[in-house]
Amino acid sequence: MATLLEMRGIGKSFPGVRALDHVDLAVEAGEIHAICGENGAGKSTLMKVLSGVYPHGSYEGEIRYDGQEIRLRGIADSEALGIIIIHQELALVPLLSIAENLFLGNEVARRGVIDWRQVFQRTEGLLRKVGLAEAPTTPVEKLGVGKQQLIEIAKALAKNVRLLILDEPTAALQENDSQKLLDLLLELKAQGITSILISHKLNEIDRVADRITILRDGSTVSTLTRAEISEERIIRDMVGRDMAHRYPERIPRIGEVLLEVRDWNVWHPDQRDRQMIRDVSFNVRKGEIVGIAGLMGTGRTELAMSLFGRSYGRRISGSVRIAGKPVDTSTVPRAVAAGLSYVTEDRKVLGLVLDEPIMQNVTLANLAGVSRRGVLDKRLERRVAEGYRRSLAIRTPGVMQKVVNLSGGNQQKVVLAKWLFTDPQVLILDEPTRGIDVGAKFEIYAIMNELAEQGRGVVMISSEMPELLGMCDRIYVMNEGRIAGELSRAEASQERIMALILKDSRQRVA
Amino acid sequence: MAERGLAAHLGTHLRENGMLMALVAIVFFFTVVLRTTLDVDFLSAQNITNLFLQNSYVIIMALGMLLVIVAGHIDLSVGSVVGFTGAVAAVLIVELDWPVIAVIPACLVVGGLIGAAQGYWVAYWRIPSFIVTLAGMLIFRGSTLWLLGGQNIGPFPRSFQSLSTGFIPDILGTWDEAVLGLERMNGTAVVLVTVAAAIVVWLGWRSRSRDAAFGMLPEPMGLFALRNLVVAAALIFVGYKLAQFRGLPNVVVVLTLLTVIYAFFTVSTTTGRRIYALGGNEKAAKLSGIRTERLVFFCFVNMGVLAALAGMIVAARLNSSTPKAGSGFELDVIAAVFIGGASMSGGSGKIVGVVIGALIMGVMNNGMSILGIGIDYQQVIKGLVLLAAVIFDVYNKSK
Repeated sequence: MATLLEMRGIGKSFPGVRALDHVDLAVEAGEIHAICGENGAGKSTLMKVLSGVYPHGSYEGEIRYDGQEIRLRGIADSEALGIIIIHQELALVPLLSIAENLFLGNEVARRGVIDWRQVFQRTEGLLRKVGLAEAPTTPVEKLGVGKQQLIEIAKALAKNVRLLILDEPTAALQENDSQKLLDLLLELKAQGITSILISHKLNEIDRVADRITILRDGSTVSTLTRAEISEERIIRDMVGRDMAHRYPERIPRIGEVLLEVRDWNVWHPDQRDRQMIRDVSFNVRKGEIVGIAGLMGTGRTELAMSLFGRSYGRRISGSVRIAGKPVDTSTVPRAVAAGLSYVTEDRKVLGLVLDEPIMQNVTLANLAGVSRRGVLDKRLERRVAEGYRRSLAIRTPGVMQKVVNLSGGNQQKVVLAKWLFTDPQVLILDEPTRGIDVGAKFEIYAIMNELAEQGRGVVMISSEMPELLGMCDRIYVMNEGRIAGELSRAEASQERIMALILKDSRQRVA
Repeated sequence: MAERGLAAHLGTHLRENGMLMALVAIVFFFTVVLRTTLDVDFLSAQNITNLFLQNSYVIIMALGMLLVIVAGHIDLSVGSVVGFTGAVAAVLIVELDWPVIAVIPACLVVGGLIGAAQGYWVAYWRIPSFIVTLAGMLIFRGSTLWLLGGQNIGPFPRSFQSLSTGFIPDILGTWDEAVLGLERMNGTAVVLVTVAAAIVVWLGWRSRSRDAAFGMLPEPMGLFALRNLVVAAALIFVGYKLAQFRGLPNVVVVLTLLTVIYAFFTVSTTTGRRIYALGGNEKAAKLSGIRTERLVFFCFVNMGVLAALAGMIVAARLNSSTPKAGSGFELDVIAAVFIGGASMSGGSGKIVGVVIGALIMGVMNNGMSILGIGIDYQQVIKGLVLLAAVIFDVYNKSK
């Protein structure tokens, strides 16, 4: 078998981060090559280098395709070579028909006039290839996510794909749709199309992949052949690093159960028959930091947001108790009144009013605390904001500074201040250290420890396993909307978390 | 306490001070031009009175429109609501013989209901406000025609007319003898305006010294004094002029009270603060426990009530309700809000800015009309001013 693609010594830096460091990848013609790695291992960055999103010159190393060195200037170049990437977020125009989507930007036209007869003919041919029996005129929005995924592949076929890259194609799919997609990949392989499959799901890899390359911290760890693939080996290669980070010390003083969630079920807000959270029960004790681990898209944020004032999902059921008493968390004000706070994952979109000063962001969730009969006491408000600026060490000349001008770490502290001012009993922190530098991370950890020492309950959702292991007294592992297991501080390790996830995934297939 | 440099301060408060300077410059321009070309006194007592009577409804509605725009929406229906509520007033008073004292609250309720009807779809069904109020614009213009049967209805009794053309009675008695070398002074007007100017300066001073005690960086003393001097002098001058004519128009009193109330509401109340947060980032506001739908609904109800008030003032001024009353007002009102510095995407804008914006439009209308500039040029010039004000904002932000 000939080598179709060879990437040698690829390196890529962003300001402050070394995303890729000497990655090697070789893909044989006609194989399905899986790429595995933790969140942030560099998979997506690598694929962006390959598809020309990061053009030649912005990375180090060499890409050879068909034995020739290639220097891509953009996506158009890679597509001309038949390298097509399908991203996790589908790039379809929902209101346009299947046929229009398939040839978008690549229309069958003469002097700008579309030849519809030929378009439909070719569309039907492509749909047959991917096993879809839809009319070419059907608007894409009428199709489910699974079928849309197939349309994306048909679109790639329309561009005469030779190397198809799929970035976690089954993350948003239900089981039978996933199976169909994998079958199609095998069929395409038989037709001589090479694929790169980025996936977390070991059972999928096991089913279709010929070889697997494992990335960790921006470097290639190993490339395994089919015979060498085993769960233990993959886990070891994926997570086998030292705990490089440091975490502030805390001696846990854990009290009685503070937050108790039972039989929590949540359905997708738009897709009627898709259940996002399934029978989730968990608890948090006084003075305890509890982690929720899991891969991206496993429903951790959905769980938190549905608990916090039903800000996500439909048909929510289950019970919430705080300090033993059943509480109503059906709206955000009620959840806050019950003593719950939720620090959102995306602070810019969901957490802050960026164009307003620090002061107004800090008091936003508890304006009653700085007002009398609806009239604000500006001086009290300023004192409150100044107090948090000092105690959380928000680095800024003053609290009238607009939040948009702050660094990520300081913005996160403003969000924390906002919720601390509501004096919550339980705080849910969703990816609290994402996108902030190492020093600020340490400060955020220290604040979390202090909250626990004050006797509050802290729930930490994170995709960075070392951080969970370093901070949490107990870790719940979530997978595909369920709690896959629970680990105490002593039991927890990256290997065991991964093993719980993979085991749960396997059970679901069986 | 170290004071920041004058330039630095002007830089951060360029917009507000710039607006005030622009207004002063425009007034100065018309005063000079009219004096030299036509020998007309632009700042005569009568013209100042007219200026307020002509523009009161725009300012009143701009107060409500600011809230709507800050919340991230728009209301295109206000012109039609002006026509409709004026027609309701006319039918109730002239045809059904209701007493004026009952008609005024009734019309305000009608306006509130119209605002509620539109706000309901915008807030709870998330239908774009542009579309809902565009529909409202057509619906209420049509309803006005229907209600009036295509005719003008009037005239109104004096008590209703006084909404617009009435003046505060002169309790202190007109000083017939020459005071300060001037004749015919309305004592009440002089006293009220002087007290108002004193209050403005005192409040400014108090807030400044409290801020200083709190360690906030104050406005440079020179600028503070200059600004207060200009504002107080302008207030006293206007009051003195009005006193020479017929005293304080009722409308000016209503206008001033509303401006003060809305300025307080937007700056110092929790509800006002929440509207700004909602406009700045609706999702974050919602996740901070703010009932965003309710606030949007409230903004539209409030807009409806103010449009009804404006509708009655317009009808009272014309002394009849006409099917065309209020058409095109929505554009003047929206323009005033944007000239006043509100952001198109919501979340920012100040009451003071909006009032100044509306006054700039009003002064230009009035001055150009006296100069005899055709309506064609007037519209072009107003359009350019609106564009320039917004470009100025965008340019400032991008710096």
